Amino acid sequence: MLAFVIQRLFQAVIVVVAVGLIAFTLSHYVGDPINNMVGQDATIEDRAALREELGLNDPVPIQFGRYILNVFEGQLGISYRLGRPVSELFAERLPATLELSLLSAILALGVGIPMGVIAAVYPRLATSRIFMTVSLFGISLPPFFVGILLIVVFSVSLQWLPSYGRGTVVDLGGGWTTGLLTISGLKALILPSITLALFQMTLIMRLVRSQMAQVLRTDYIKFAHARGLKPRIVNFRHALKNTLVPIITVTALQLGSIIAFAIITETVFQWPGMGLLFIQAVQFADVPVMAAYLMLVSVFFVLINLISDLLYFAVDPRLRSEFERRRSA
Amino acid sequence: MNFSRLKRTFRSAVAAAAMGVIAAGVASAADFKWSFSGDAQTLDPHGLAEIFTLGFQSNIYEPLVRRNSELALEPALAVSWEQKDDVTWVFKLRQDVKFQNGNPFTADDVLFSHQRASSPSSDVKAKLRSIQTMTKLDDHTVEIKTNGPSPTLLDELSDFFIMDKEWSEANNSAEPADVRKGAENFATRHANGTGPFAVESRQPDVETVFVPNKDWWDTPEHNITRAVFTPIGSDATRVAALLSGEVEMIFPVPLQDAARVEANPDTKMLRAPELRVIYFGFDTWRDELQYSSVKGKNPFKDKRVREAVFYAIDEDAIVEKIMEGAARPAGVIMGQGVNGYTDELGARAKFDLDKSKKLLADAGYPDGFEVTLDCPNDRYVNDEEICLAAAGMLARAGIKVNVNAMTKTKYFGKVLDRDTSMYLMGWTPPTYDAHNILFDALGTPQDNGQGKWNMGNYSNPAVDELQKKIAVTVDLDKRRQLIAEAFQIVKDDMAVVPLHQQPLSWGARSNISLVQRADDRFEMRWVKVN
Repeated sequence: MLAFVIQRLFQAVIVVVAVGLIAFTLSHYVGDPINNMVGQDATIEDRAALREELGLNDPVPIQFGRYILNVFEGQLGISYRLGRPVSELFAERLPATLELSLLSAILALGVGIPMGVIAAVYPRLATSRIFMTVSLFGISLPPFFVGILLIVVFSVSLQWLPSYGRGTVVDLGGGWTTGLLTISGLKALILPSITLALFQMTLIMRLVRSQMAQVLRTDYIKFAHARGLKPRIVNFRHALKNTLVPIITVTALQLGSIIAFAIITETVFQWPGMGLLFIQAVQFADVPVMAAYLMLVSVFFVLINLISDLLYFAVDPRLRSEFERRRSA
Repeated sequence: MNFSRLKRTFRSAVAAAAMGVIAAGVASAADFKWSFSGDAQTLDPHGLAEIFTLGFQSNIYEPLVRRNSELALEPALAVSWEQKDDVTWVFKLRQDVKFQNGNPFTADDVLFSHQRASSPSSDVKAKLRSIQTMTKLDDHTVEIKTNGPSPTLLDELSDFFIMDKEWSEANNSAEPADVRKGAENFATRHANGTGPFAVESRQPDVETVFVPNKDWWDTPEHNITRAVFTPIGSDATRVAALLSGEVEMIFPVPLQDAARVEANPDTKMLRAPELRVIYFGFDTWRDELQYSSVKGKNPFKDKRVREAVFYAIDEDAIVEKIMEGAARPAGVIMGQGVNGYTDELGARAKFDLDKSKKLLADAGYPDGFEVTLDCPNDRYVNDEEICLAAAGMLARAGIKVNVNAMTKTKYFGKVLDRDTSMYLMGWTPPTYDAHNILFDALGTPQDNGQGKWNMGNYSNPAVDELQKKIAVTVDLDKRRQLIAEAFQIVKDDMAVVPLHQQPLSWGARSNISLVQRADDRFEMRWVKVN
């Protein structure tokens, strides 16, 4: 098991460097940060000097080499836009994004899985049909539209929930802020987390439903019923557990993309997280922030995939025994 | 709608019943929340000379000479000034002014700020280029010697904010931040000015909290007790926050949402022409355009072709259809309100498609030609839409325009490299004076910075000559005359094709009164929460 983890972590380093290279190369196509960094009075010479001193005139491979060396020394550089160390900005923004993403993931799983099970077990029930219809909207409506729709209804018309920001946050120490401990913080979480969760929720629901539908037709489920087990036990313990491997795969990938692509939701709700920081960096051509963000996201993806691989072992005894067999052979 | 009103009525009834006493308190203790599409990039008053950033800072820091609601100059940290001779000015500083940390304001702070603002990492150094020396005569008197006669010295000083010498030095911020040095500067996120508001807390991109400066030397016209600024990038969310009452004031309001803000009984639109004029510029220096179907020659070198572009554009239609009636057609690239503007210069000739076609035919392009128009899509009000509409209009005259729209970050890099055949620009002179337009946007490019924003390299020695005279003419009448003369040449040359003064588009709750300045700067010192 340990060998497996180490091997994966080694791959992770390669992935991160590769993503860094791609990000760094791409970021030179988003424009020239210099004109955003100075006002309209700055002379052409001043601009040229700034560009030269920031090393933006060097060939991309040299710039990247310099950058990656700094990264391995723990230096993520300084934001062109805010004039602050990138690592400090990330530390400030990460709690907001993680809180939103995790809440959305919990919402997506907590609602999506039961909905999927019900839709599979009782396909003819009116509730199931409603779930299926609603899920079509969830899967086809773009998140920015859902976000704005929720704002119009719950912020502008009903005035129940805030349309932007995180509300009042509490510092848990070490700069880790949370909105979970205040009323306004909780209220501020509702709309963004629904917006972010909706797509994943419907995806998970449809996936669970189709997987369950297959499993429910198998013989061992029929035997379980025949043994007189309670339907709830059969459905949730015997059937659901056997659909979990593909669900874990998809959920893990989706969790990665929830974190990475909270960008749109964060933009709509002015949520002060990593996604908003990234969008602003793209608009500004703030190369250090862009490159570091993409590399960090790739780290997340690698880690989440690693965890999901480990979870396979936990839920599927066949994989465990196979791994042991290969080891001993 | 009805439901929401019912809801509101219900809520206010509950609020009134439950907390009558507190409700009375809320009315007088005026919290004020406002939002802009982005955040000030820095609190350092010498860090970035950009309109929003400077306007934001002017709530905290003050210059020697400030602008009032009509943009006229008035004493601020200087109470009076006199001109000893063409190049010598003596400023009497205000007594008993304190910085927000309690330090007294003296001539040393002015000298220090000048030195700081002139340092290499300062972005306002160009504004102070006419100052040769600054000397302290006594604790509250400063003498400025200019490089030559400088009629715009006071205009330039109005964006030169004074910092506290002791505070800046104690916090290792004797020079503005420099990303090249790879470290943060204390003054980037902390402030200590003499102005009407102090920063209580600031999280860049998230929230800045202001409290009134109780020791401010001036009598406050505002009744704010606490102000919170939040940048909201998404247009729809910003408008929603205003409509729902979460914020009291936003800008800009996208033109397409203005009607909604207007229609809501609790909110109002504030609209006026901004100083900024939007125009098309042309490559007039290359022998062959880079992006055109015409080979071997440059059609834009011919004045008749530029005139043909002008007459083919139905500006009234652009104002009507794209700017929702809120822009002001311009005859010259100088907005009404800029020093030197006259209605005669500002008058715009009528749209005339036949004349346009004839001019094109006379110039040797009876069948028109093809050209690429570079256009930002996130810089000016409806910039891309303007370009697309103009392309449609020019097509009718025979000029096929390919609109190359892009984000401002790409756009400015491209056009400043002169890598363009035709471009859409907007210009506000930071000195509010016509000279800056002639120098920056219309002057023949020179090493001293002249013509750096003249991306088509338009060049007319007569204009440059007049511009140099205007720079040193102190007699106001004579100066105005020279300005009119120079702009008449520009207009006759059709150096650029002016379109319109773009509109200011602010939204506020109905109970807010404020001053909307034509330079698109919002200062909280005029806000009244009623």
